[in-house]
Amino acid sequence: MTEPRHRLMGYVREEIMPHRFCAGCGCGTVLNVFVNAVDELAMDPTRMVCVSGIGCSAWIPSPYFRSDTLHTTHGRPIAYATGVKIMRPDLNVVVIAGDGDIAGIGGNHLIHAARRNIDLSVLMVNNMIYGMTGGQVAPTTPLGVKTSTTPHRNIEPPFKVAEVVAAAGASYVARWTTYHVFQLKKAMQRAMTKKGFSFIEIVSQCPENYGRRIGLKTGAELLRKIKEQSVRVKKAQEMSEEELQHKIVVGELCDLDRPEFVTQLHEVTKEQVESFSLENAS
Amino acid sequence: MLVKINTSFCKGCDICIEFCPTDVFEQSGTLNRKGYYVPVVARVEDCTGCRLCDLLCPELAIVITEEQGNGDVVADVDNDD
Repeated sequence: MTEPRHRLMGYVREEIMPHRFCAGCGCGTVLNVFVNAVDELAMDPTRMVCVSGIGCSAWIPSPYFRSDTLHTTHGRPIAYATGVKIMRPDLNVVVIAGDGDIAGIGGNHLIHAARRNIDLSVLMVNNMIYGMTGGQVAPTTPLGVKTSTTPHRNIEPPFKVAEVVAAAGASYVARWTTYHVFQLKKAMQRAMTKKGFSFIEIVSQCPENYGRRIGLKTGAELLRKIKEQSVRVKKAQEMSEEELQHKIVVGELCDLDRPEFVTQLHEVTKEQVESFSLENAS
Repeated sequence: MLVKINTSFCKGCDICIEFCPTDVFEQSGTLNRKGYYVPVVARVEDCTGCRLCDLLCPELAIVITEEQGNGDVVADVDNDD
């Protein structure tokens, strides 16, 4: 019997499908929404470079998305992506990696890339734990959760990554979950077309290493919980810090036009080259 | 609307059953080759074509075809190529 084929199979490396993500993992949903976003924008995958680091979410573009991919060292995808963008500003550079990669180990790269406002689209898949390595505490793990490195309970408050990036100077920042697929698709399209640093935090489910530790055994149960915890930005403004403690604030956090780094860098270089050749001529 | 499930991709996470607004999917007792219980399309006539399952499915295993008045298929489905 021939199986029905998804209409966007051309965007993924079909020869290695089905993918290796666990049953009910949010990374698959992110891949699904990403190929839909790319297809609707009619973007050419051969004009894209997807950069990822280490972790489950880093597998979304590399190997599954059919474009040029750069699978880099742990925590450094933004650093590598900066290099790619500076040398090839004509290409669309997208970073897809996890919270441990981008906010934990590569936290400084993230803040400074946002401050410089480099024209990158960063999609951070936040599953609230280090899933691939066995469920260690991440900077995004909520308070009170038992993980393999906080066996009693987590006492570190989680990082509000999207808010940090918005404050650091990014052009576009949004937070959505793997339940809000239509909004997430629109946000991805906005991020990929926006000039400047665009960042989307995608709150995702890890049923194996996070869900089981909080008593939710399947991806569907965990996704239902994420859906119930979500609060829109506007509503969240009227809520107190205590009320928001176990909530996920979803929506667009900023959408601004700020001077972009790579364009300015090339302008400065051009000015210097011109002034140098004038000096030589006189 | 025509809803099909690629049973060789499906890992039986049941997200489609849990989130379909009109309860089109149902659990089944059928195992696929990898040993996952795959859902079945039980009430296809209730499908409104909202495509929530299509986007939510982590396996890209749900294939939805729109059929227009003259029976023309809008989205491609079969892997004939």
